[in-house]
Amino acid sequence: MTVAYTEHRPRTLAEKVWDAHVVAKGENGEPDLIYIDLHLVHEVTSPQAFDGLRMAGRPVRRPDLTIATEDHNTPTLEIDKPIAEPTSRKQIETLRANCAEFGIRLHSLGDIEQGIVHVVGPQLGLTMPGITVVCGDSHTSTHGAFGAMAFGIGTSEVEHVLATQTLPLKPFKTMAITVEGELKPGVTAKDIILAVIAKIGTGGGQGYVLEYRGSAIRSLSMDGRMTICNMSIEAGARAGMVAPDETTFAYLQGRPHAPQGAEWDAAVEYWRTLQTDDDAVFDAEVFLDANELEPFVTWGTNPGQGVSLSQTVPDPATIVDPNERAAAERALEYMDLAPGTPMKQIPVDVVFMGSCTNSRLDDLRAFASIIKGKKKADGVDVIVVPGSARVRLEAEAEGIHTVVEEFGGEWRFAGCSMCLGMNPDQLQPGQRCASTSNRNFEGRQGKGGRTHLVSPLVAASTAIRGTLSSVADLIADGHEVDPRFRTIEGATV
Amino acid sequence: MEKVSTITGVAVPFRRSNVDTDQIIPAVYLKRVTKTGYDDALFSAWRQDPEFILNQPAYANPRILIAGPDFGTGSSREHAVWALRDFGFRAVISPKFADIFRGNAGKQGLLTGVVDEPTVERLWAELEASPGMEATVDLVARTVTVGNATVPFEIDDYTRWRLLEGLDDIGLTLRDEQAITDFEARREAWRPTTLPAR
Repeated sequence: MTVAYTEHRPRTLAEKVWDAHVVAKGENGEPDLIYIDLHLVHEVTSPQAFDGLRMAGRPVRRPDLTIATEDHNTPTLEIDKPIAEPTSRKQIETLRANCAEFGIRLHSLGDIEQGIVHVVGPQLGLTMPGITVVCGDSHTSTHGAFGAMAFGIGTSEVEHVLATQTLPLKPFKTMAITVEGELKPGVTAKDIILAVIAKIGTGGGQGYVLEYRGSAIRSLSMDGRMTICNMSIEAGARAGMVAPDETTFAYLQGRPHAPQGAEWDAAVEYWRTLQTDDDAVFDAEVFLDANELEPFVTWGTNPGQGVSLSQTVPDPATIVDPNERAAAERALEYMDLAPGTPMKQIPVDVVFMGSCTNSRLDDLRAFASIIKGKKKADGVDVIVVPGSARVRLEAEAEGIHTVVEEFGGEWRFAGCSMCLGMNPDQLQPGQRCASTSNRNFEGRQGKGGRTHLVSPLVAASTAIRGTLSSVADLIADGHEVDPRFRTIEGATV
Repeated sequence: MEKVSTITGVAVPFRRSNVDTDQIIPAVYLKRVTKTGYDDALFSAWRQDPEFILNQPAYANPRILIAGPDFGTGSSREHAVWALRDFGFRAVISPKFADIFRGNAGKQGLLTGVVDEPTVERLWAELEASPGMEATVDLVARTVTVGNATVPFEIDDYTRWRLLEGLDDIGLTLRDEQAITDFEARREAWRPTTLPAR
């Protein structure tokens, strides 16, 4: 077998990172063997993998490239008490025992670095450009925001990486998602990615790595880029990437595990080469005009079923494809929505601000900037869950917890929480939620629960008005808003 | 892994698209630490509806699931494959699978075959005309046979070979252990390490 270094061919960012990780080139239709730089582990998808190692008598090949945290099952209240639910407690205890047995670094509940695995990697400076990252979690695509190749894997693959630090993989196709222009005030990274998914569909990215490009992407913070890459999987793509730039380097420099001194200089020199070559060809290209984007929201039960907030619930009868029409009919029945209903007339019971999509400091700041000094709507529960214990402390240092509590919201401890309700944070049957998370699947947030995916700004505006709302609606109501939103045109947008 | 070649059994015309892994197995069932015993969890929300197809006597012991496009989207949970397998399914046919689901299936001996949408419609029509009818999925010939209809399905050569041989992925990879060690020797110093903790 030969090692592939095809440096003279024009290549995309994804191809460059791939080529730099080929341990053995596959021949005759066999996959390439790809080296994994960073393996993130959590309690849900790992117990059976560790069991497999034990049964085969295999060690973890590289504990020094592996890190674990507790996130899916952890409670967000009373974290100093034993976990009440026995199966959740067992899963956490199993992770602790496995990490101790195999020598893996673990950040447990109560530790300052504990939190959602996709918040922890970047905040420690472990996630960096040009590396490969895997985790037994589909939202591993988040880490692509740094120009890493990052994707979710199943439990058999978790075991494979623990044992070999590699994965046999067939090369992905590449798709450019170019977003040019300037976002209007009140429009965010979340609205970009919801619009992308609505455009290409939940299967549109299947088999591809998406590379997000264009001026609107360049102008986003790392937190915003992570929101976009996070939901690449919702378009069916294994991974999403953004080429690294000064924003990336500024975010990384000085973080605990970022390179230092001469290693930093060598790394940055290499990272600057991680751009798609001008003459490289993508297998597919999609364009989006950022100037035209409005706050976006889902009406159905998959993330592709979304519209601009100013629009109405679509009529399935107008959908040509019979499968899509049937899916839309079923979705509206589950969501208890009638075609033609203005999205802004839909009342909610719960606002969930959190998840690996939108729980970083920028997200919490955006949410707080809207609710500051106001009171939540009567009858709406507002739950705010920071992505990690460290994010929680950073937010508290800025007084965000006080803003949330004075608003009437609940300020919780870190974890995945109501994104998927493996802990006690669940919707009740029939409850409707405006959620900053990533999936509006049937029952995802609790059996019978109904989810509308929204940005932190729409979540905040909705918490104030009680119905799905934008910042523009607050202005139309005569609310005082943060100065940067005062330029919003046409208050009923 | 057990070898897979020909699967014959009751085939279910599953007229749904975008079946995400949260529907195949809701998160509440992911708290177990075992790899088997998930048959009760499969489609648990939908199974509460008495009209749901898997509650009908004709489909009491199904082996083959014939579904609409975008099957297995969403979460990476391999539990989705374990639940299908524990319930008795040995093959899923769909016009389009989510990547992670299909990869997971291949590692657990669950055959996934792709046919186009008109073909799925035709298979559905055949099966619905005789509920509980058996079908045959032939991995050697790469065909599905329902009644008088025999249609080809797609599966990549590598996965097919591994299924036919019942090969373990980790064992295959460890044949290249020297190449892994060589690769590690030339990795750059700036790449991240988790230990020691900083």
